[in-house]
Amino acid sequence: MEIVDILISASFWAAVIRIATPLILATMGELICERAGVLNLGIEGIMVAGAFAGWMAVYSGTGLWMGVAVAMVVGMLFGLLHAALTVPFGLSQHVVGLGVTLLATSSTYFAYRLALPQVTSPPKIAAFQAYEIPILSDIPVLGQALFSQTPFTYLAFALVAATGIMLYRTPLGLAVRAAGESPAAVAAQGLSVTGIRMGAVIVGSGFMAMGGAFLTMSAFDSFFFEMVNGRGWVAIALVVFGSWKPGKALLGAVLFAGFDALQIRVQQTSLGADIPYQIFLMTPYILSIVALILVSRRAQVPAALMIPFNKGER
Amino acid sequence: MRDTADVVLRLDAITKRFGKLIANDAISLSLRRGEVVALLGENGAGKTTLMNILFGQYTADSGTVEVFGRVLPPGNSRAALDAGVGMVHQHFTLADNMTVKENISLGAQPLFALSMKNSEITKKIKKISDDFNLKVDLEARVANLTVGERQRVEILKALYRDVKILILDEPTAVLTPQETDDLFATLRLAIANGLSIVFISHKLHEVMAISDRVSVLRHGKLVAEVDTADTDKEALATLMMGTGAVAPDIAVATPGRDLFSIKNVSTPNIGSIPGLKRVSLNLKAGQIVGLAGVSGNGQAALADLVAGLCTPAEGTIEHHGDPVKNWSARDAVNKGIARIPEDRHKTGTIADFSLTENAILECYNSDDFSKSGWMYWKKARAFAVDIIDKYDVRCPGPDTRIRLLSGGNMQKLILGRVLEAAPDIVLANQPVRGLDIGAVNYVHSQLLAARDRGAAVLLISEDLDEIMRLSDVIHVISGGRLSPEFLRGTKSPSELGGWMAGQGFDEQVTHAS
Repeated sequence: MEIVDILISASFWAAVIRIATPLILATMGELICERAGVLNLGIEGIMVAGAFAGWMAVYSGTGLWMGVAVAMVVGMLFGLLHAALTVPFGLSQHVVGLGVTLLATSSTYFAYRLALPQVTSPPKIAAFQAYEIPILSDIPVLGQALFSQTPFTYLAFALVAATGIMLYRTPLGLAVRAAGESPAAVAAQGLSVTGIRMGAVIVGSGFMAMGGAFLTMSAFDSFFFEMVNGRGWVAIALVVFGSWKPGKALLGAVLFAGFDALQIRVQQTSLGADIPYQIFLMTPYILSIVALILVSRRAQVPAALMIPFNKGER
Repeated sequence: MRDTADVVLRLDAITKRFGKLIANDAISLSLRRGEVVALLGENGAGKTTLMNILFGQYTADSGTVEVFGRVLPPGNSRAALDAGVGMVHQHFTLADNMTVKENISLGAQPLFALSMKNSEITKKIKKISDDFNLKVDLEARVANLTVGERQRVEILKALYRDVKILILDEPTAVLTPQETDDLFATLRLAIANGLSIVFISHKLHEVMAISDRVSVLRHGKLVAEVDTADTDKEALATLMMGTGAVAPDIAVATPGRDLFSIKNVSTPNIGSIPGLKRVSLNLKAGQIVGLAGVSGNGQAALADLVAGLCTPAEGTIEHHGDPVKNWSARDAVNKGIARIPEDRHKTGTIADFSLTENAILECYNSDDFSKSGWMYWKKARAFAVDIIDKYDVRCPGPDTRIRLLSGGNMQKLILGRVLEAAPDIVLANQPVRGLDIGAVNYVHSQLLAARDRGAAVLLISEDLDEIMRLSDVIHVISGGRLSPEFLRGTKSPSELGGWMAGQGFDEQVTHAS
């Protein structure tokens, strides 16, 4: 019965959307990369870098939106590195991706130590505040959940719509999808596979970094080590869960966040007294794996995902 | 001298090397408005390389491409398209998971346009498909189309870009004779609409039927340019092959007993590729059975069945008259079935293994080459050297990685590997695909020799000419169903083409019931 109480409370649903936001941003970023045919395992590190860069920018005195932009640019730079190695050079996307994650993570921690050598607890910034959208936020439960979030969350949802429109309604999206399905077809139509794939990886990496920045600039107001905590890897699974489609991926992110928000609350009920809390921590991952198995067996993988394209190769 | 002002395309002294191989040696070529020039040559003569240079997919080492009097920048497909050159590749460049419309409109609009002009796109494609008699469902996924339909999409793609020059690379290789007739009708419409066409082929009767002029390539050199009206098939054949390449004579076969029988076998469909549907087939000693059909109609299932790579869902297999249970690849090898796989790069050989290792892939665990877990590399190497000598495999030596060999030499090693054991059943799946004429003749003569010493040969090929020349008995496969057997010379190409397109099977069922 306590679970029913949780499920009908507005604060629960507001938490779901808040927890989902960084996943949504990161998942859209990964989805764009993979739709163009590049698996970007740099995602976890790029999120760490984005989290730090956005927060550090605001701490140094820029405005909040400027901080988001800084995070995005830093992400795009790591994206450029990833793209340069995997697209024109055609190196293993697994190795490059993990390398970018290690590089981005460790250089972020290094930069943190350089910037703040003396502090024991990281300074706080004035993070994004909730903005209640007039009228809509008065809807019971739903209004509190969806329309009393920070502007950063609204931006994330807008980007999902933008990604969907871009992929399915514009010539650019057609080219991106084709690059992930059949790069030879793209080249034969006189387009540059290299350009399209690099562009997708760079923009996608920018989205990932924004996902990281949400953690330090909206969900919390400070930067901690390990704060990204595997969200990048979850995003990669969510892309599969969503069958490489933005809308379904968004749904997956909300579902995962729902499990996560639920387990935190269930821990505090009478159930939590009897069962070790680690079990609860596991549940979102276990349920996600189950959902992944159920949903993604029929998923339509981009046919040229992870296959480098070299023009003029015999 | 005809008017040279009408020249729409001029290739000037194009040279392209791949390592030591000179694929194109100073080739010059011109195309006039409204004519069809056939580029004739054997596999490996350099036709495709030349056209890929023209279309900007390769960069020539030297020489220039001129379209409507303007030199094209090298290595730029977009420039070629913009100048009005469209290419229909032999291996289609289509995205299978996207619709026909998406494939056609890809890249035809500015990338950063804010929306697609969907209705305009549809209207334009509809008009082209009416004008040129190219019927295809715009909303269908390419993966669900037949090969003939995919080719129509490829041609539509080019015409959609308003090209004035159309290059077709071996367009008929995968078509049934009827589809070829449709294609030729479309090409004649294109000519009537003011296009000019380069038609690449190695099939003489098609070249004679469609072209105005013929340019013949041999070993990367342009050896002749003739008007089609002034020549005939025999003269072209000599020009194309040079002298000395003689196809083997074929004696009449004397079939013996059944060595391998498939009775009422069905296999499950794999994706969109049909499985076998109640197929019965006898392979007799001393006979070549040819399996004709457009690829993707169940040939792979039948080949896998004979090779032991799949087991029947229903029906039985008999080997030398005995029913076989638990059919497996190991079983097929042990029973001495010689397997020449369809794709010699992927399944026939291991690219980075040496010739020695590749030679013993199927028999490494026989007592000849290993005992109690130890390899006898000396014997293996001697075996490889033996094959290299007997089958004339041109290579630096038995320790060379096989990826460095040409397709023909790779195929000779595979032939040697399987034929050395004097097998009584030979499965030859596309044995000469992509080989030059010398290698083709060699492979054919080896298959005939195997037949003449009493082996049963199953020859699977998409090339109807090859099937009709070599086979003593022909079956056609279509949609996983097998036609009745036709004896050599009893069916014309167009009759077989009808079966390949799926006609005749239903009457067969009615007769049977």
